[in-house]
Amino acid sequence: MKEENKKKELVECSQAIANAARQCKPAVISAYPITPQTHIVERLAEMVSNGELNSEFIDVESEHSALSACIGASATGARTFTASSSQGIALMHEMLFIASGMRLPIVMAVANRAMSAPINIWNDHSDTMAERDSGWLQFYCENSQEAYDTTIMSYMISESNDVMLPSMVCVDGFTLSHLWEPVEFLTDGEVAKFLLSFSPKFKLDASSPKTFGALAFPNAYMEFKKQQHDAMLDSIRVIKKVNSDFMKKFGRGYGDGLIETYKMEGAKTALIAMGSVCSTSRTVIDKLRKQGKKVGLIKIKAFRPFPIEELRKMTNGLGGIAVIDRAISLGSYGPLFTESKSAVPDLKMNNFIMGLGGRDVNEEMIEGVIKKIGQKSEVEWVF
Amino acid sequence: MGVLKMAEEEFEGFVSGHNACAGCGAAIAMRHITKAVGKNAIVSLATGCMEVTSTVYPMTAWNLPVIHSAFENAAATASGIEAALKHQGRKEKVIAIAGDGGTFDIGIQALSGMVERKHDVLFICYDNEGYMNTGVQRSGSTPQHADTTTSPYGKAIHGKVEWKKSMPFIIASHGCYVATANIAYLNDLYAKIKKAMAIKGPKYLQIYAPCVIGWGIPTNETIILSRLAVQTGVYPVYEIENGIVKLSMDAKSRPVSDYLGRQKRFKHLTEQEIKEIQQHVDLEYEKIKKLSETGIRVF
Repeated sequence: MKEENKKKELVECSQAIANAARQCKPAVISAYPITPQTHIVERLAEMVSNGELNSEFIDVESEHSALSACIGASATGARTFTASSSQGIALMHEMLFIASGMRLPIVMAVANRAMSAPINIWNDHSDTMAERDSGWLQFYCENSQEAYDTTIMSYMISESNDVMLPSMVCVDGFTLSHLWEPVEFLTDGEVAKFLLSFSPKFKLDASSPKTFGALAFPNAYMEFKKQQHDAMLDSIRVIKKVNSDFMKKFGRGYGDGLIETYKMEGAKTALIAMGSVCSTSRTVIDKLRKQGKKVGLIKIKAFRPFPIEELRKMTNGLGGIAVIDRAISLGSYGPLFTESKSAVPDLKMNNFIMGLGGRDVNEEMIEGVIKKIGQKSEVEWVF
Repeated sequence: MGVLKMAEEEFEGFVSGHNACAGCGAAIAMRHITKAVGKNAIVSLATGCMEVTSTVYPMTAWNLPVIHSAFENAAATASGIEAALKHQGRKEKVIAIAGDGGTFDIGIQALSGMVERKHDVLFICYDNEGYMNTGVQRSGSTPQHADTTTSPYGKAIHGKVEWKKSMPFIIASHGCYVATANIAYLNDLYAKIKKAMAIKGPKYLQIYAPCVIGWGIPTNETIILSRLAVQTGVYPVYEIENGIVKLSMDAKSRPVSDYLGRQKRFKHLTEQEIKEIQQHVDLEYEKIKKLSETGIRVF
């Protein structure tokens, strides 16, 4: 690595993601405008217009078509990229299942945003949580550096022959997507060496005709779903490998790729959280640790596949956990709590619903939540 | 090129083994579309009759690469295929195929987007005038007074209330080659596909395709009815090229009753309703004929 390339640049997170996408050289980019995702695709459109990026940029008429075009292109053997948020993700809902069902390794950046109604353009996780079962890998990023690195790693993971499933790279809308901070970029050459060109086993090709998207009767449908599920489980190994390869080559990694911990040595209690709120949590934990309180952070980076075994190991011996959810499954719990609790059912967990629709989650609130670990009420809304 | 000559074209893109109904007009259309298109093409197929009957896993009736992703997005999927081929420097042609539901109704947005963005794709609608795959429901293409399961003939309402949507004119307004065709006139059908394939950019072809179940006709009358649709002027065959409408054959010579009387979906019609349909067909046909005769650029 050349020394000057190690220099950090001050960029907006959306630009960092766009730069990662550029370096991964997608043949086709297809997207529709929605706040707060737009800065990502605006930057990519600019690169294509300026000749910095040799991609076909399709300015589609809806998010449904954005993902449909990616599906068509990916099935033709092209690497594809798209980005969206909130209502856009919801409009894609049907196509999300079809992209994963057809085993197309599309990568989508998501600037997480609340769902209407009432309409709200600010951050929470309800858009992607609603797509939990769509068969996409979901990675939640804490900062711009992680968003940049994860975009590149996602292509590696998705396009692995053992996976062949699409990925969402999630960043908190505005809170992270519009945040300017220093990011260390890899050189184009480094990315090209790390991420080889996309050449799927099967593609639409007139010299070897194949049918994609067939009709499966009850005698075949379940086998398709089992294969997808197995691929999702296999992706755990691939995610770990890609993360450790990235670490070896470039000196950066994120826990084991699925889950990352902070000050868990000797911890009695812990926070479980995802996304940008993890950074605020680190500050709170530093403060409490100084006061002698034995608390740590478990950051879930991969929500799909959910790191069940890894979470069990990490929580072994803990006395209690606070799970911060930036989404609510109305009539039940926060989705991160449900997942965590089902992975470690015997551990005392308290669920805190926070930061919906862009409501600030500050240090005091997180400190308050940690104090409530072990309290009687299982779920509490923190306004 | 004569019809016998065309039938000699060896390539069969849509082959026997599919499980479409006997006498299915759309299946006949598929066979000839693929013969006319040839080997060097990729097909984006919308959900519908032609998809569910031709791709039952692990079988396929297609000798062409085919992708079915969803109902409303054959045009958007095709846009992505075309963009990928362009990037890869490949020369395959891209065809999108949808029924009238996937074209007139749920698919109109994606189709409009594809045409507006000028993707080099031939979009073909096989028009069987309703949602036949789901059990004969009304679509924007169903003609007025037709009895369907969601526009049933009742005491208060006699079948579908509205006229058929003018899809060819809607697409022509985007500025692209548009044509209607009919499986009873294969010379014309082949010529239009060949012409469309030679044009760079979006093309729209709407093929009349009788449904034996949905329309209530004997399985051996598909072609007879197709011919009558042209001879009565109910389904004029024309093209719109460079904004100019051109009637492909001026064959209107029979009353609509010759056409309507053969179909169960119209068996309830009163004399007054037949008269209304006749007036509407006369007006629509005259419009196309006049436009064709004057040769003015309307789109």
